[in-house]
Amino acid sequence: MPLNEAAMRTLISAAAEEVIAHAQELTALDQAIGDGDHGINMKRGFEAVLGKLDVIAAQPAGDAVKSVGKTLVMTVGGASGPLYGSFFMALGDAITAGKRLPEDLAEAFASGVEAVSKRGKSRAGEKTMLDVLTPVLDTLRSEAGRPDLPRRLCKVASEAAEKTAPMLATKGRASFLGERSIGHVDPGARSSCVLVHAICNALEARA
Amino acid sequence: MSDTVSIVIVSHSPDVARGAADMVRQMVGSEVKVAFCGGNVEGGLGTSVPHIMEAIDAAWSPRGVAILVDLGGAETNSEMAVELLPAERRSLVVVCNAPIVEGAVMAATEAAGGSPLDRVRAVAEELSAD
Repeated sequence: MPLNEAAMRTLISAAAEEVIAHAQELTALDQAIGDGDHGINMKRGFEAVLGKLDVIAAQPAGDAVKSVGKTLVMTVGGASGPLYGSFFMALGDAITAGKRLPEDLAEAFASGVEAVSKRGKSRAGEKTMLDVLTPVLDTLRSEAGRPDLPRRLCKVASEAAEKTAPMLATKGRASFLGERSIGHVDPGARSSCVLVHAICNALEARA
Repeated sequence: MSDTVSIVIVSHSPDVARGAADMVRQMVGSEVKVAFCGGNVEGGLGTSVPHIMEAIDAAWSPRGVAILVDLGGAETNSEMAVELLPAERRSLVVVCNAPIVEGAVMAATEAAGGSPLDRVRAVAEELSAD
């Protein structure tokens, strides 16, 4: 689908509405192994995005995605603000720099994942959102062009989020719990999974 | 006053930020500019990139600004705030890897003696060594 204003509006509002709908679940996960504010923080950030949807969606696609990132940075209030913010800002920059969608989606997505890794000084395997974003990126690379790619991405994201449960947290507030972090799904991994599902479902509905 | 490095304190809690700033002022009076912020945009526990940018602006010194933070989100949001500063200011602001209260007091004391930014940061970060 072409990334025109209507498409951007659909994708951004789908992502925001899904995160907001999952706010309580994300907060409950964060209460188990963190400071319990992930859901409310993400909700605040994406409500701010929805509040500016008209302005954001009217921009060229790269600028629109970057605006989502900047809005999250300025409003979320926890580490997830700069982390998701950096993801969307880098993704937007990649699109502005000439990456074409959907052909170059994996490359553009990789810029976002790299930005999260740098901002959080983290990598996959440390019980964070990267444990969902990295396998999603791998799937984007290895299964590009498959007609059922959105379904595959949803499955990969769900499985990857679940796989954070037995992991030991070594980054973020959950790392303070040491081995007690084991047995709980990481809230950031879960919110990344929610976003992947929201975008994939919206893409399928428009296809 | 702006001939010393300045201090910015970023806590999840407005009370902790204010209290740490009080302790710094008790040590160095008004020799060193100190700004602080704490809480998210709604005033709850958390940190806020725009508030951090305002604090950096309020404390601004051409000698540089040392930021002291408490937990992870304060560090991530402070690093983000630094990156969003005008290019000419970015290299003059550092986020110190040090305990927030002791780090702020030590950094301010060092700054009061006229030390450059890298020295102020090093003194604060010695507290985190081993």
